Amino acid sequence: MTAGYRTPLSRARGLGSAKHGVTHWISERVGAIALVPLTLWAVFGVLRLAAGDYDFAVAWLHDPLNAVLMVLTIAISFWHMHSGMRVIIEDYIHVAFSKAGLTILSLFVCGLSGALAIFSILKVALGGGAY
Amino acid sequence: MTETTKAPLRERPKSPHLMTGGFGSPLLWRWHITMLTSILHRASGIGLYVGGLIAAWWAISLAQGPERYAQFKGLMGSLPGKVVMFGLTLAFFYHLANGVRHLVWDTGRGLDVKTANASSVMIFAFTAAATFAIWYLAIVTGALG
Repeated sequence: MTAGYRTPLSRARGLGSAKHGVTHWISERVGAIALVPLTLWAVFGVLRLAAGDYDFAVAWLHDPLNAVLMVLTIAISFWHMHSGMRVIIEDYIHVAFSKAGLTILSLFVCGLSGALAIFSILKVALGGGAY
Repeated sequence: MTETTKAPLRERPKSPHLMTGGFGSPLLWRWHITMLTSILHRASGIGLYVGGLIAAWWAISLAQGPERYAQFKGLMGSLPGKVVMFGLTLAFFYHLANGVRHLVWDTGRGLDVKTANASSVMIFAFTAAATFAIWYLAIVTGALG
C-alpha cells in the first residue's frame, strides 16, 4: 500500500484548481459586458444594411468607425460563442472523447469563421471601392 | 498492522437532474419560471451561435463581390430567411436581457426567489417589446424590402 506513505497534501496535489479560474471567469464577464453596447449597435447596423444594397454595404464599411466596431463585435462574439458552447458541452456531454472533440470542434468553427469574417471586413474596408 | 475497516461501497448521492433516470423519464422538478429562463438562456445562446455564423457569412459574401452579396441578401430576405431573422431577434434580446441579469447576479444582488421571479417576467416583457420595436423599425425603414 504505497498510498499509506503519502501525505494528505501529496495525494491532493494536482487534483484541484489550476489557479486560472478567476482570470477565466473575469474575462468571460468582461467580454459579455463589451458585447452589450457592441451588439446593440450591430442590430441597428443590420437594419441599415438590410435596407441597402451592395454599394451601400461597401460604403458603410469604408467608415472606419463601422469597420472597427464590426471587427470588435465579430471578434468578441466568436470568443463569447466558444466560451458559452464550451460550458454547454461540459455540462451535457459526459464521454471524455466526445467532450474534448466537440470542444475543439467548436473552437475551430469559431476561430475559422471569426478569422474569415474579420479578414473579409478588412478587405472591404481597405479595398477603396476598387471592385 | 492496523485493521482498516472499509465503509461498504454505495452509490454516492446525486443531485437530481432534469433527466435523472434517463432520457424521457418523468421530471423530478416542478416547472418554475427561473428554470425556464435558465434553459432559454442556453437555447438562445445556441441559436445566436448560428446567428454568429450567419454574420460571418454576410462578411464573406460581401468580400466575394456584388453577385455573392446579392445571393446572400436574396436568401436572408426570403420568407424562411425572415423567419430565421425574427427568431434571432427574439433570441438576441432575450439573451441580452438575461445576460445582463446574470451580470447583476454575479454581484450577489437579486438572487432571492421573489426578485428572481419578478426579473424573469420583466425579461420576457422586454424581449417581446424590443423585438416588436425592432421589427416595426424594420418595416418603416424599408429593411424588409
